[in-house]
Amino acid sequence: MTVVLEVRDLAKSFGGVHAVNGVSFDVHQGEILGLIGPNGSGKSTLFNCILGQLEPTRGEVRVDGKTITGKRPSALNRLGIGRTFQLLQIFPQLSVRENLILAGQEHKGSMLSRLFGAGDAGLSADADRMIAFFRLQHLADEAAGALSYGQQKLLDAAMAFMAGPRLVLLDEPAGGVNLTMLASLKERLQAINQDTKATFVVIEHNMEFVMALCTRILVLAEGRIIAEGPPAAIHRDPKVIEAYLGH
Amino acid sequence: MTRTAWTWLILTLAAVALVLGPLDLTEFGIPYAGLKRYGIYILTLWLVTAVAAMGVNLIVGYAGQETLAQAAFLGIGAYATALMAKAGYPFGAAFAASGVVSFVVGILLAFPALRVQKHYLAFVTLAFAIFVWLVIRNEEWLTGGVSGMDVRRPALLGLSLRPALYFYWFTLAITAVLVFAMWWLLRSPWGRAFTALRENPIRAESLGVDVRMYTVLAFAIGSAYGGFAGSLYAPLVEFIDPAPFSLAPSLLLLLMVVIGGAGSFLGPFVGAAVAVLLPEWLRFAESYYLIIYAVLVIVMMAFCPTGIVGLAERLLRSRRRNGVQDGTVALTRAKQ
Repeated sequence: MTVVLEVRDLAKSFGGVHAVNGVSFDVHQGEILGLIGPNGSGKSTLFNCILGQLEPTRGEVRVDGKTITGKRPSALNRLGIGRTFQLLQIFPQLSVRENLILAGQEHKGSMLSRLFGAGDAGLSADADRMIAFFRLQHLADEAAGALSYGQQKLLDAAMAFMAGPRLVLLDEPAGGVNLTMLASLKERLQAINQDTKATFVVIEHNMEFVMALCTRILVLAEGRIIAEGPPAAIHRDPKVIEAYLGH
Repeated sequence: MTRTAWTWLILTLAAVALVLGPLDLTEFGIPYAGLKRYGIYILTLWLVTAVAAMGVNLIVGYAGQETLAQAAFLGIGAYATALMAKAGYPFGAAFAASGVVSFVVGILLAFPALRVQKHYLAFVTLAFAIFVWLVIRNEEWLTGGVSGMDVRRPALLGLSLRPALYFYWFTLAITAVLVFAMWWLLRSPWGRAFTALRENPIRAESLGVDVRMYTVLAFAIGSAYGGFAGSLYAPLVEFIDPAPFSLAPSLLLLLMVVIGGAGSFLGPFVGAAVAVLLPEWLRFAESYYLIIYAVLVIVMMAFCPTGIVGLAERLLRSRRRNGVQDGTVALTRAKQ
C-alpha cells in the first residue's frame, strides 16, 4: 500500500520538556489511523509539528515522499492536507455556507481571479453538497455561531473536507459531542473514507469511538510511541493500560 | 418588496439626495433652500473623511488589525498631489500616484504587523504616523514645513472645479467609484479571507488562507484609501500644512470607525458624519461642544460597542421579531 505520510524521528522540546521525543511512523493511503494517549502525552504537539503550526526541534515529515517539514500551514493545506483542532475552530459570524466556501476558496484559481471572479468562487453548489452530506441543510444560512456545539463540530469537520484533501488530521473530533451526533459523525467520516479513499489520522480520547472508527492505533506516552497495532490488540496491551492507569 | 429591492430603493434615494443635496429646490416647488458654500465644503469634507475611514475600516473592522497611522497616509496623498500639481502633472496622475505611493508604503507598514499584534501593532503604526508628520513638518525644501503649500483645484475636461458645488460633485463621483471598489472587494473571496483573518487567523491559515499575504493586502489597500482621501483633501482645502496629518486626526479616524460600526460597510460614513457634522450642529454650545461630544462618545461606547450601525441593526431586528410575534398572536386569535 502507498505510504502517504511518513514521520521520521520527530521531536519538539519546550525548554527542558520533551513534548515529542523521536516519533516515527507511516500512514498508508485510505487508512484511518488512531492516535491515543493520556493527557500531556504529546498528541496535539505532534499534530502541530506535522502541520507546520510548530517548528520541530528535529526530525522530518514527508507527504507522498516529499519533505514538508517547516512549510506553512496554508501551503500544506493547498497541498491537500486538511485538519481540525482540539478546540472548536469555526468562523462564528459567517453563515454555515460561507464557512464552507471559505474552507475551499483558496484552492480555486489565482489571487486575481478570486478578486475579480464570482463572490462565492464558484463554490456554492459544492458547499451545499457538503452541507447536505453532513445533514446541516436547515442551517445553511444561519450564522455558525448560532449552531449547537454538536452541529458546530460537524461543521468544523465538514470544513476540513471541503477542499477534497487526500490526508486529514482530526484532533478530538468527538470531544463534547452527544451520542446521537457522535454516531452521525462516525458514519460520515467512514463514508468519506470509503468514497474518496482519503487518509485520516485521528486523535481521540473516546475509546469506543476510536476503536470503532480506526483500522490501526498508535499509543503515545511522554512523547514516545509505546504501542502500535489493531484496535483489539491495543485494548489488551499491558503497556497501554499502564500508561492510562499509571500502574 | 424583497430585501434586494429595498436596498436598491434606499441606494437610489441616497444617491439622489447626495447629488441634489446642495441645490436650491424652491424653484421646483420643493421647500428646500439647499446649502451655501460652507455647507457644501462640510459635505465634501465628510465624503473625503469617509474615504479615509473606509480604509481604516478595512484594516481594523474587517481584517482585525490595528492602525493609528491613517492621517499619515492622508498626508502622503495630500503632499503627493500638491507636489505633482506644482510640477505640472494633471490631477488624474497625481490622484493615481497618491494611491500607489500609499499602497506601497502600506505594504512596508504591514511587515511589523506580521510579527506583532494588538496594542503593540498600534504603537508601531503610531510611531510611523509621528515619523511621517515629522518629515512633513521638518523637510521644508520639499513640503514647505509649517508654512504649508498652496494647492489649486483641478479642471475636468476644461471645466474648472474651483466652484464648491462642482468640486463636491467631482468628489462625490470619485467616492462612488471607491465605494463600489470596496464593496466589490468585500463581497469577493478576499473579503471573506479578511473576515477569517479577524475572527480566527490560525484556523484561516489551516484552510489555505495565506494570512501573511492578506494582512499585507489589508494594510496596503486600506492605506491606499488614505492616500486617495488625501489627494481629494488637498484641493478641497486649497492649502495644506502638517497639522491635519498629526496623530490626533489618526485617532479621530479610528474613533469614527468604532462609533460608526467597525466591520460594517456603512460604519465609516456614519462615523465620519458624527465626527465632521456633529461639531457643526453643536456650535450653539460654543466652548462646551467638546465636552458634549466627549460625553456622547462615552455613552455610545458604553451602551453600544458595535457602533451606530450595530445599534440600528439591533433595533431593526427587534422590530422584525416583534412584528413576527404580533403576527403570530393575531393568527392565534383569528384561529380561536
